[in-house]
Amino acid sequence: MNIKLGLVIITCLFAPHILADEYSSTVFEAGHPSLKKWLLPDEVPTPKDNQLTPERIELGKKLFFDPRLSGDKNMSCATCHSPVFGWSDGLPKARGNKSMELGRASPTVINTAYNTIQMWDGRKKSLEDQAIGPMKAHEEMNMDLGELMRFLNENEEYSTLFGKAYPDAEIGEETLAKALASFERTVISNNSPFDQWVKGDANALSKQQINGFKVFMDPQKGNCSVCHSAPNFTDNGFHNLGLAAFGKENPDLGRYTQRPLGLMKGAFKTPTIRDASLTAPYFHDGSASTLKEVVEHYQSGGVVKTNLSPNFKGAQLSDQEVEDLIAFMRALTTEPKPFTLPILPLAD
Amino acid sequence: MKTYIKLFVLFIAHVLLFTTAVLAQETHKVGQKNKEFTTDKIVVKKGDSVEFVNEDPFFHNVFSLSDAAMFDLGSFPQGNSKKVVFEESGEVEVECAIHPNMRMTVVVED
Repeated sequence: MNIKLGLVIITCLFAPHILADEYSSTVFEAGHPSLKKWLLPDEVPTPKDNQLTPERIELGKKLFFDPRLSGDKNMSCATCHSPVFGWSDGLPKARGNKSMELGRASPTVINTAYNTIQMWDGRKKSLEDQAIGPMKAHEEMNMDLGELMRFLNENEEYSTLFGKAYPDAEIGEETLAKALASFERTVISNNSPFDQWVKGDANALSKQQINGFKVFMDPQKGNCSVCHSAPNFTDNGFHNLGLAAFGKENPDLGRYTQRPLGLMKGAFKTPTIRDASLTAPYFHDGSASTLKEVVEHYQSGGVVKTNLSPNFKGAQLSDQEVEDLIAFMRALTTEPKPFTLPILPLAD
Repeated sequence: MKTYIKLFVLFIAHVLLFTTAVLAQETHKVGQKNKEFTTDKIVVKKGDSVEFVNEDPFFHNVFSLSDAAMFDLGSFPQGNSKKVVFEESGEVEVECAIHPNMRMTVVVED
């Protein structure tokens, strides 16, 4: 939760003849059945033991915005995952306890409900697994969980809300994590102009954006969809993109810390591109300020090429194709709606 | 002379035993398709091989960090395959490092 969403466009130009089949079998017409795979499921994946209920979502929302979940009582989950910054923080790298700069950018919460693995290095499986870590981490929220549990149990309103949300369970780390995860599962982007076009609204995308989608899928062009795949524009996979930071002394090894294989050195999880226009800067280290800079990185073929993902190859695009591709990525943003902040339970 | 005959018979017997053992070892094929292994679980005999075939139009990897078999077959593109011999009995969890949703188990029996 303490790391910043970056945008990854994996341009895998491998096996173009096969990818071309997939590309050529796609009909770029609004509502065509070949596009349906790009629609997210209507129902958000939810664990059996933590089904979504209004009570759980309400509780989770209050907890998510409550700075009393941090040691100094001044940082909430929303500090790094704010709705005003696309559920991220707008910073290249997150800032934690005492404004300490952290190693990675804060990923957006948007559509993490659909992720099958969490965090830039995939060290957490589910939103429930992930939720408590940043609170406990000294460099992040630096919270004493014993103190937090006392606060939650002794606070009358929180006690009531937990009782309604999880009537058969005590207030503890598990229910705290479940409530936070429940709220996070409501942060969804699934009604972008692209989604509307896929559903059949021919006017939802411009001609330029449709051209951009072709560039996105074309194995001879961007070929981005190999890794930013349907329906959430991610393969939930790990790739070293040849960012400059990998060439520095003692670089962040990313996924290698979880899976000690050479291939995973400097590899990070493919983020979704949905709502990317709201979540700059991009990449795990926030090293690209704009979508154009992201595309330029792919066109360069990477800066440090010592351990590039085998599924990465530079894309050679014309200036017009770059503009079209960026226009398409902007069409993946669901128009934000006003968000109502919760009123937090007062201390008793 | 009898000693030579005995040694010769012994030699032939060993060759036959070795050949039988080698012939008894099987190679099982497992595909990698649509970012999944084509089977969740496979049971093999000790000494058998499993050949992993990439059927997807991008690179996959195959590795295991299990006690019964620790290996990294690297990454390879569509149409290519990598083989590994399972020499210890036990349960081996196999994954693709690039796509961690790809998991399967190889059960190696004596």
